[in-house]
Amino acid sequence: MSSLSSSSVAARDIVALEGVTKRFPGIVANDSVDLSIRPGEVQVLLGENGAGKSTLIGMLSGLLQPDEGRILVDGKPTPITSPRHALALGIGTVFQHMMLVPTLTVAENLLLGGRWWQRPRTEELAARVAEITSTLGITVKLHAKVSELSLGEQQQVEILRAMVRKSRLLILDESTSMLTPKGIDELGALMRRLVEQGLAIVFITHKLKEAAAFGDRISVLKLGRKVGEIPPERFRALGEQAIISEIVELMFGKQSDDPEAVERPVRTVHAEAAPLLQVADLAVAPTDNAPGLSSISFDIRPGEILGIAGIDGNGQKQLAEALAGQRAATGGSVRLEGVAIEALSVGERRRRGLRYLTDDRLGEGTVGTFPVSINFFLKQVGAAPFWRNGVEQRAEIDKRATQLVREYDVRTPSLKTPVARLSGGNIQKVLLARELAEGAKMVIFNKPTYGLDLANTLASRQRIRDTAARGLAVLLISTDLEELLSMCDRIAVIANGALVGTVENVDDARTKVGRLMIGLAA
Amino acid sequence: MSIDTAPTVSATALDATSGAATRRDILHRLLMTLGPILAALVIAGCILLAVGVDPLAYYGYVLEKGLFSPLGIQQTLTRMAPLLFLAAGLIVAFRAGMWNLGGDGQFLLGAVTAAASAPVFVQIMPFWLALTCSFLIAVVVAMIWSLVPALLRAYQGVNEIITTLMMTFLGTSLANVLVKLVFRDPGTTVPQTRTLPVEDRLPRLFDTTITSGLLLGLAAIIIVHLVMTRTAFGLKLRIVGANPRAAVHAGLGVPGLTTAVFAISAGLAGLAGAVDIIGVQGNVRADWNPAYGLAVIPAVFLARMNGFAAIGFVFLLSVLSIGGESAARRLGVPNHFTLVLVSIVLIVLALAEYVDHRYNQSRKA
Ligand SMILES: Nc1ncnc2c1ncn2[C@@H]1O[C@H](COP(=O)(O)OP(=O)(O)OP(=O)(O)O)[C@@H](O)[C@H]1O
Ligand SMILES: [Mg+2]
Repeated sequence: MSSLSSSSVAARDIVALEGVTKRFPGIVANDSVDLSIRPGEVQVLLGENGAGKSTLIGMLSGLLQPDEGRILVDGKPTPITSPRHALALGIGTVFQHMMLVPTLTVAENLLLGGRWWQRPRTEELAARVAEITSTLGITVKLHAKVSELSLGEQQQVEILRAMVRKSRLLILDESTSMLTPKGIDELGALMRRLVEQGLAIVFITHKLKEAAAFGDRISVLKLGRKVGEIPPERFRALGEQAIISEIVELMFGKQSDDPEAVERPVRTVHAEAAPLLQVADLAVAPTDNAPGLSSISFDIRPGEILGIAGIDGNGQKQLAEALAGQRAATGGSVRLEGVAIEALSVGERRRRGLRYLTDDRLGEGTVGTFPVSINFFLKQVGAAPFWRNGVEQRAEIDKRATQLVREYDVRTPSLKTPVARLSGGNIQKVLLARELAEGAKMVIFNKPTYGLDLANTLASRQRIRDTAARGLAVLLISTDLEELLSMCDRIAVIANGALVGTVENVDDARTKVGRLMIGLAA
Repeated sequence: MSIDTAPTVSATALDATSGAATRRDILHRLLMTLGPILAALVIAGCILLAVGVDPLAYYGYVLEKGLFSPLGIQQTLTRMAPLLFLAAGLIVAFRAGMWNLGGDGQFLLGAVTAAASAPVFVQIMPFWLALTCSFLIAVVVAMIWSLVPALLRAYQGVNEIITTLMMTFLGTSLANVLVKLVFRDPGTTVPQTRTLPVEDRLPRLFDTTITSGLLLGLAAIIIVHLVMTRTAFGLKLRIVGANPRAAVHAGLGVPGLTTAVFAISAGLAGLAGAVDIIGVQGNVRADWNPAYGLAVIPAVFLARMNGFAAIGFVFLLSVLSIGGESAARRLGVPNHFTLVLVSIVLIVLALAEYVDHRYNQSRKA
């Protein structure tokens, strides 16, 4: 390629990063990264947890400033000084962690950022939203309070918000992590339509199949450095499998064919064993914008993994919270080892061996400003050996935390780092480590691998299988059908707050679950 | 991205004990605290000039009376005693994310109960037992007074800022009524409670006029600091304060903890009142309300809810209030000018914080 044509190509970049470096205490999050973002292209950004993807996005969206290097917008060096500035430049971002105001309605959130002296243009918004949601195939409750929505629904609102603003460059940081397979396909189709209209898109994901299916160009980050790129020409020439194995090699340096296709080991669940968890006719009152639960009944035997499939926002959160004791049930019974626990408090249920891994890791799973070490023990405050006579034993805490950090491969500069400073996947590892520690009898996993990179996803799934193999009962809530199929013994489908059917996870489970999810009989 | 084990600094300066700060950061902190205070002194000086008072003379009097004269410094240290208890109570509440702004009502009710009970108790019990009982009663009464806001917040989610403020108005009035109607000393013409004889008050330190309540206050605030930073109970309160949803998720009994926070905070405010009466004043006059509770809030904020820093700021506040009273008398400035000064400090501090933040952003841009 001659220098002339390459410079004319460079001029086409909407945004380009040149040698951008960003340091945080104890860590170089981005190490002289070059990236060119072009109209008409979906640029996929890949990398393991903590590789520096969100940091890069933070600089493009004005949240962070690079320590070195520069950002070119339309070929001109432009410091992006604030999120408002980024929006003005036409850069719209859907962040990895929700940035909506929980006490406002969806419509109010979408209207935020308008000129304060102007009256919000509600009708105009409604029309635009209707247009976007119909192409995207989603429904958004404009007048619901954000705090009443499930995380998946909030994610859709975030995507919508970025679309409403008519950006030239759309950045999606792990925006498919809470969508169903169908929702993901629709988002992919929409991205394709948008780039055909001349937009540029940066798409971050941990699912390599999505990367291969939706991308035009792939860049891979590793330990803050850009270690590889697959340009569009090569991308088109390679097949899906070839792309995936090339990415895996770039990311993890080892070769393996379709790493996600692990055979589900045949476990022996003792059918005659007494159920560990028995739920009968559990009911929760609906709120205005969230479904309640109606007569939910199921049993889980020791060693069994029961999956809950369904579109996010159909009562999964309510089910998990009602079981954990965080949400008042209006009827029904919950028995753990034969003992009724439905009247017990959250703490008491935990002491009896019930664990709940929440999907809202920053909202309720952690205290963001507290150090990583303390966040491991949030649910054990006061317990020996970490506290003796109520006094904190810093040495014990640090010792155990160091173990957990190593065991679960949590990438953190130090134990004292506030947990909110970790990358999304690493926060998730902290939660996993906390819930899988000793003393559990029954664990509720709500989207346990959300935000984890491939290697960590596989490791965590294996951990959950091992948990069940130790004789625990596991309830696995997920929107990822592959995940459920690869792990569960049985899969129940939830829709509108009721279980519409349960299927054994044998050969034709995929079609049966699929039929149940779209409202047909299995 | 390399992992190293060097301690990193948490940007949340709330937790000054966690995370060893490097020297540069301490320096920065000092600059960011003392700078605004100096700027505020200059601004307040301009205001004084505008009303025709020589600011240098004013500050001179403040320093001389509040800090450098032997009598003044003793008064200053004595004044610190109740303020330290109040600050301790506020630290507990603020760290747990609860805005107990009812300190004055709780303080006065504690003061009145102590003033009413102590003279009776000293006649029927040994000295120390009598004082202890008075303290206890004051604590219990103040705690009861906090029960309404506490329960409303814990079980109904009613905003405690409003309820504690309302209860403080009621509490101040109730204290007044009690002095005038119930505990009034029949032996005097002015409405006030019976006076505790000087020899029955808290002993003074050595040969000075400094009350030993100062030591109690110091102990209280240090204990509170250690409990909040080093114990399971303190951590639970901080979790409730930092992320109430995480507290529920972690299975903490949030309503119980909320009630406990209000009880402790109000109890310490009640103690503040009792210490001021039993240590210094000896009685409560009708309509007496020094409004210490509100004055202490800025000091606690400036200290970022750190107990040790709070001791320093309470000392400054005492110097200002003792010195300010005398300077006000001599120069004809209203007594409340110290409050004006403190609020200017707060505003300048907030501005400095904002500018610092913007500067950090733009420097990297
Ligand atoms: N504000 C911050 N302060 C300190 N360190 C930070 C901050 N933000 C990110 N880091 C660190 O920078 C590194 C990169 O984080 P980043 O969030 O960019 O990772 P990521 O690639 O998005 O990972 P994930 O897939 O888990 O979301 C991490 O080690 C993280 O701990
Ligand atoms: Mg990220």
